Formats: sequence, structure tokens, C-alpha cells
Amino acid sequence: MATSLFEIVEHPIDVEAVRKKVVDRNAGAITLFVGTVREMTNGKKTLFLEYQAYPEMAVKMFEQIAKEIKERWPEAKIAITHRVGRLEITEIAVVIAVSSPHRKAAYEANEYAIERIKQIVPIWKKEHWEDGSEWIGDQLENVPYAEGKPPIRRGEHG
Amino acid sequence: MIQVLLFAHLQEAVGQSKVMIELDGCTVQEVKKWMEKEYPQLSLEQMMAAVNEEFVTDDAVVKDGDTLAFIPPISGG
Repeated sequence: MATSLFEIVEHPIDVEAVRKKVVDRNAGAITLFVGTVREMTNGKKTLFLEYQAYPEMAVKMFEQIAKEIKERWPEAKIAITHRVGRLEITEIAVVIAVSSPHRKAAYEANEYAIERIKQIVPIWKKEHWEDGSEWIGDQLENVPYAEGKPPIRRGEHG
Repeated sequence: MIQVLLFAHLQEAVGQSKVMIELDGCTVQEVKKWMEKEYPQLSLEQMMAAVNEEFVTDDAVVKDGDTLAFIPPISGG
């Protein structure tokens, strides 16, 4: 059965399943980024998080990121799964797996992917604290975007 | 008909994730104004927009059958 490389899921993420998607006989390295729910942010205690996505577009943006990675690291293979819904402290929100013949590209492409996810993939988190809750905006502090939309790299969207 | 999708705090402000509106051939900017009039609690001025799952600028034209999503500042990962 063909499994999709890019997924938005409502259930806990199986890290090993994401890793398996990028297994390659010519890979000498697989890097895994596992993003987890943190309890303390700037001294404030999070009780739990709620993630929401625009799933169809999020998957398209994952594909866009994969395309950008292909241009920079042609031999890298990537898979991304992001979870939505209610997540408890320490639970996994996102897993990025990158395989490559050599480790440097696997590390670099993986970091590139998480940075781009935070720029262009329509996923939102709501922080729930003891004294309230709030949808968190742009953690990169670059809104409004200078060009009215986030920077989409070469190859698409003009 | 244009299908308008709302997420995060926009969805909570309106109380629904989807709004169908009878507009055709207008700009994203015009839809924003229409929505703000219809739902005075909304502030869409600095919101990004996507038409049929592609980011667009406010001068993009939305046609009958399109899906227009307002994208609040994202915070995934």
C-alpha cells in the first residue's frame, strides 16, 4: 500500500512509521525531528495545546517544501506528519524524517523543513493556560508579511 | 457562490468554519470588506488569503466556485 509522505493526522504520531517512509538503500543517514509540546514558555505554564490545520492546503505546502528541498539537496528524501487536535504536554506535534546519502544534507534539509513549516504551512496552535487560552500567531514576528503573503521560494506562485 | 473558510480565532469570532457568499468576480479585498460588514467582530485587514489552496494577494480575483481561505498568522510545528 502506498503511504503518503505528507500527512495531517488526528491520532498520535508513530515516529518509526515516518522514518520508514524515507528508507533508501543509498541513504547513509536519516535525521528525525520530533517536535513536542512544551510545558513552560517564558515562565508561563501550558496545560495543553490544541492544533488546527487547513489540511488540504497544509499538505500542498509540505509538497512545496519538499520541492524546495529537492532543489537544494537533490538526493534527500523527506516525509512530514503533523498532528492536530488536543495534545498533552510531551506529546508529539510534528515529525520530519529526511534521508540522504550523507549526514550533512540530512541535517540541513531537516532544519530547513521545520523553519519553512513555521513560515508557510497553515497550521495554528491554541495555548491553554490555567488562566485562559489564546490562538498563537506568527512566532516569527514577521506579520504582516511585506509582500502580503509568506515568501514562497522559486519554482511556484511567481 | 464563494466558499469562505475561517480558522483559529477567526472561526471562533464568527462561530463557524465555513461561510457561503453570493459574490463572483470580486477581489479578495472586496470579500474582506463584505465579511467585516457582515461580521463586525472580524478584523481581516492584515489577514493572509488563499484561493483554492494557493496564497494570493488582496488584489486577486475570486470567482464563482472558488474557495477563499483567510489564513491567520500561522503557528504550527
